[in-house]
Amino acid sequence: MSVPMVEARGVHKSYAGVQVLKGVDLTVVRGEVTCLIGPSGSGKSTLLRCINHLEKHDSGELRVDGELVGYEMRGTKLHELNDKRICAERSQIGMVFQRFNLFQHLTVLDNVTIGLIKVRGLDSDAARKKARELLARVGLSEKDKHYPSQLSGGQQQRVAIARALAMEPKLMLFDEPTSALDPELVGEVLDVMKDLALSGMTMIVVTHEMGFAREVANTVYFLDEGIIEESGTPADVLGAPKSERLKSFLSKVL
Amino acid sequence: MNAPEDTAVKVVPVRHYGQWVGAVVALVLIAMLVNTLFSKIPSGQYVCHAVNGARRCHQTSVWRFSWNIVFHYFTTSEVLHGLMLTIYLTVIAMVAGIVIGIALAVMRLSSNRLLSMTAWCYTWFFRGTPVLVQLFFWDYISILYHTITIGVPFTHIAFLHLNAATLFTPVTAAIVALSLNEGAYMSEIARSGLISVDEGQSEAAMSLGMTRSQTLRVVVLPQAMRVIIPPTGNEVISMLKTTSLASTIAVIELFGATNNISANNFEIMPLLIVASLWYLIVTTVLSTGQFYLERRFARGALRTPPPTPLQRLRRDVRGILAKFRTRRGVREATS
Repeated sequence: MSVPMVEARGVHKSYAGVQVLKGVDLTVVRGEVTCLIGPSGSGKSTLLRCINHLEKHDSGELRVDGELVGYEMRGTKLHELNDKRICAERSQIGMVFQRFNLFQHLTVLDNVTIGLIKVRGLDSDAARKKARELLARVGLSEKDKHYPSQLSGGQQQRVAIARALAMEPKLMLFDEPTSALDPELVGEVLDVMKDLALSGMTMIVVTHEMGFAREVANTVYFLDEGIIEESGTPADVLGAPKSERLKSFLSKVL
Repeated sequence: MNAPEDTAVKVVPVRHYGQWVGAVVALVLIAMLVNTLFSKIPSGQYVCHAVNGARRCHQTSVWRFSWNIVFHYFTTSEVLHGLMLTIYLTVIAMVAGIVIGIALAVMRLSSNRLLSMTAWCYTWFFRGTPVLVQLFFWDYISILYHTITIGVPFTHIAFLHLNAATLFTPVTAAIVALSLNEGAYMSEIARSGLISVDEGQSEAAMSLGMTRSQTLRVVVLPQAMRVIIPPTGNEVISMLKTTSLASTIAVIELFGATNNISANNFEIMPLLIVASLWYLIVTTVLSTGQFYLERRFARGALRTPPPTPLQRLRRDVRGILAKFRTRRGVREATS
């Protein structure tokens, strides 16, 4: 078996003395979709943000594609990587945020090209060509000259997905991608994500959309108070929960 | 309802009687102002001429505000040179001030305590002392330092020796003083702009793999500009007038130039008016520039950008015409 895309062993993280992650173990297999579910404050988003080093974890081992995230083993010591190396690692990992976080001052097209131009060093013609393809893929070819504020939430989130995909990431992180959307707009974003999963993208999705988890996920992890309470196939975790906590959580969200 | 169905119900808008009274008072005051601006006073000089063999004399009159003298000096080369120097000082001091200000704001927001404290102390010092005092300080700096040496600190290695007295001409002293002082004010403006940009924007930029400095330059600063520009426009206009303080250290900018002229001909008031009019003209140009700059950086922040004054004028005229037309239409329909 090849190296897993993401491997976490005993990952800890605390903010100002409050432990958010208390030793998380997680394995994400290449080409699979992993959903993280759990009540708010359980540490799902924090775990996701540790994976692309937007947050530094305090202890434990976290590897993406076999490489330690944000650190380097030299001899017996872990050395924190410099800004440039971390950026290089991050550019391989796409991230989609709950609040879209599109660059408000740039058009839709420029939102997608900016990473290609500034990080990958593509010239603007090549970047535009690629951006147009991706916008077509998320069904927004017509909106390339619009500004984010002129789009609906669902459209903005699809642009955000295109922006992340432009970097040709090996892993995509979704941080509650549909939580800030009006109910009737959730579907269009989930459809794009399903297509992406079918294309073989490795994805980690923090979500409250149990239907999506059941349908698309290969593995579901249930986090509660900073630990993985239960994990397994969607049928096991969502269909036959063992712990009381997961049972009560599912009874509230389903 | 008794009204016939085909006639629309008439709408009577609220009458704002208080506003009407206020408008009349304002109109009277404006009329008084215009009247006094263009009034004439007896000059104390008489002209006489022969009318039917008799000698008739009458006193001549002159503009109370000596508009002829104002007009005469308005475009003299001394005044124009002064104006150029004023604009030059304003531009240099503002550009330097903005650069210093942004650097200080970034330092202030740094996680390094020493950097943020240094920036805080800078702002504390330069905002805490009068700019006039700072102007004099830099003008007299050669008392403290005869030579300025560029080299390695705390060693005798030197690359360049400069004579402070020749280096710090009044104009240089003014530039240094105004720039350093402006940097302190601009740092607070830049900081407010930087913290106004949502943290999610820099997170998104970093998640694409942008470095911290790329994130700042490409994503955060352009969006911060929207918040930074209006108070900066204010600062530019304020700087334009603050440069007049440089006349106290023998910089012959606009105010210095008009002062020099009036010191010779004693026409104090007309030359103050010359200076004021020029300051007003430049301020007007600057405000217009600010409007278009704000509009440029508002892209994406507003769904529809505000109309330019020209667009607004066109819209107003069209609105009034439409109103006039419908009124006439209503009258014709009712008659």
